Amino acid sequence: MPKLRMRQAVAQALEDAMAEDPSVILMGEDIAAAGGAFKATEGLLEKFGPMRVRDTPISEMGFLGAAVGAAVSGLRPVVEMMFVDFTAVALDQLVIEAAKMRYLSRGRLEVPLVLRASAGAGLGFGCQHSQMADQWFRATPGLKLAVASGPQNAYGLLRAAVRDPDPVVVLEPRALYGQRDEVETGEAGIVPLGQARRASQGEDVTLVALGQMVDVALEAVARASWSADVIDLQTLVPWDRTAVEESVRRTRRLVVVEEAPWSGGWGTEVTDHVCGALFGELLAPPVRVTTPDVPVPYSGKLEGRWLPDAGYVVQQVDELLRTGRRPQPWWTEI
Amino acid sequence: MGPEGVGGRQLERRRALAEPVGVYRRMVEIRFVEQQIQVLYEQGHVRGSTHLCIGQEAVSVGVARAARVSDGVTCTYRGHGMALALGVSVEEVLGEVAGRTTGCAGGLGGSMHLSGEAVGLLPTFAIVGAGLPVAAGVALAAQVKGTGAAAVAVFGDGSANIGAFHETLNLAAIWKLPVVFVCENNLYGEYSRINLTTPLEDLAERAAAYRIPGTVVDGQDVDAVSSAVSAALGRARAGEGPSLLEMKTYRYSGHSRSDPATYRPAGELEQWQERDPIDLYAGQLATSGVAGRQELDVVRQEVQQAVANACELVLASPEPPVEEMFRHVLATRALVAREAR
Ligand SMILES: Cc1ncc(C[n+]2csc(CCOP(=O)(O)OP(=O)(O)O)c2C)c(N)n1
Ligand SMILES: [Mg+2]
Repeated sequence: MPKLRMRQAVAQALEDAMAEDPSVILMGEDIAAAGGAFKATEGLLEKFGPMRVRDTPISEMGFLGAAVGAAVSGLRPVVEMMFVDFTAVALDQLVIEAAKMRYLSRGRLEVPLVLRASAGAGLGFGCQHSQMADQWFRATPGLKLAVASGPQNAYGLLRAAVRDPDPVVVLEPRALYGQRDEVETGEAGIVPLGQARRASQGEDVTLVALGQMVDVALEAVARASWSADVIDLQTLVPWDRTAVEESVRRTRRLVVVEEAPWSGGWGTEVTDHVCGALFGELLAPPVRVTTPDVPVPYSGKLEGRWLPDAGYVVQQVDELLRTGRRPQPWWTEI
Repeated sequence: MGPEGVGGRQLERRRALAEPVGVYRRMVEIRFVEQQIQVLYEQGHVRGSTHLCIGQEAVSVGVARAARVSDGVTCTYRGHGMALALGVSVEEVLGEVAGRTTGCAGGLGGSMHLSGEAVGLLPTFAIVGAGLPVAAGVALAAQVKGTGAAAVAVFGDGSANIGAFHETLNLAAIWKLPVVFVCENNLYGEYSRINLTTPLEDLAERAAAYRIPGTVVDGQDVDAVSSAVSAALGRARAGEGPSLLEMKTYRYSGHSRSDPATYRPAGELEQWQERDPIDLYAGQLATSGVAGRQELDVVRQEVQQAVANACELVLASPEPPVEEMFRHVLATRALVAREAR
């Protein structure tokens, strides 16, 4: 299996998808001649030419909307949003137009569109360039949402997204683009949307994580005195309730590790479901390890504190196991 | 220093632009600060992304010289020069870029988010086009309140392709808002030359579609910039509405800290450097007898020393304390920190 950086895995997925299906086209700012701001589309212009690999002006609403129109007309556009934050200026086309097209046409039309975007904090890009923004998409019926946690599922989720008949947002944690790993490509490497992955197996607790928090959860397990199932959700809409339920039914404790705000982060969805489904079987209340409800600070020291790290996960789980009660998040002491 | 102290110093720095040597000094300062930021980046003190404006100093200083401190200014992530020109201090800029308490956002904003409310600068916008409608809103407030103030939006050529540009020009035109749109046409939006993304070279032509004046200005000539901005501001204050000024300029460095700018045709940079805004102005000062070369050399040395001193001070200053991130999210701090219980 080839060893690829995550950015190369993305490029490989796009290459394989384009080779498989001539209706796949790419659009985005500086994705063609420059190979992408994060080099996730490198070499594709050379391979597929300017008709299918297009640089765009800085007109997100224009090109995302054009992708919607192209998608209802038989193409499979993959749009790169350099930073997911920029989707804000084009949000209508995704959450209002693309997400409602099938519904309004009573199934006669479909929008096989992929929006892939770099996302997340950790690199010092400041509060307007570091959001995950999954909450913008998550509660919109008609969209799917996947989040990569490394080279393999960056490849596999993107391949599945391109084949999917509906609009799919794929978030690629920017901090992971340089991460290198063996990647299974081709059919075997495809990761079905809606399917979680167990990244580690244990007894005491189930850690549910996503994106760059998967490695944080795994690092916490490696350091801890307890053992855990680490579930990488991979897809947030629809998320794999079965995998989470199955695990928590065994461990009887749930901790969600999120790069998401304390209020309204995606983990609320998971804890709510588990409380409802497994009420009475739990040994402790579900816990969410999240970011505080503040914008991403620039200073390295502050951003490092803002983002959950392994030490914080260990501390929270330790306390949960010791007391059987939900620990306070770190900022209540501020 | 309290906020009045910071604001007072910013105002004083702004007043210094009344003198031609002060204008020269400020352009030189911007150049040295940008070079210092490049060094700080290489030393690992700058996180994320940073966008230098070397080569564009005359636009920043020309705009600042023409605007009043009561005028609101919006600018982009390529805003170090604009902030310094308006009066924000070297420590505040370097401090912010290095994420220290000396920064104008206390180290919470970073290179892309500089501000100086005392001199009219709103926190700079990292989303392309976002500053235009906000500047129109600043102008709207001036119009409604009848303050006589105006607003200036500074943005790049690439921003002329985003919806916010068109919506705002139209809105400002029909409401005759006192706002001046200053487009820094440095020929590139990230790695793409303007001809690849835009079907015209002179963006000033777009003004015609909104029935407002559009003027192409030599952005390397600080006097040309300030007289064009002054005229547009005069018009704005007289109730005649907005203008679009297109400053022809060039960024010497790549788009951001890590871009070697290999997409530029050979010789283009050198050609622009022949009309370097600082050299050009030095020549004008010498020819007109305002200041001799020797005097300007002394200014350069003074500025270089001052920037070095400021940098030392910044690097000796701490990173912000963790609790800072909970302040100023909302008026009520309790909502973000304590409600977790
Ligand atoms: C809405 C949005 N899209 C894309 C970007 C990424 N981006 C940052 S700067 C830039 C180029 C802007 O070019 P221009 O307006 O000419 O300004 P310059 O950088 O040349 O000063 C791009 C595409 C962004 N910040 N915001
Ligand atoms: Mg430009």
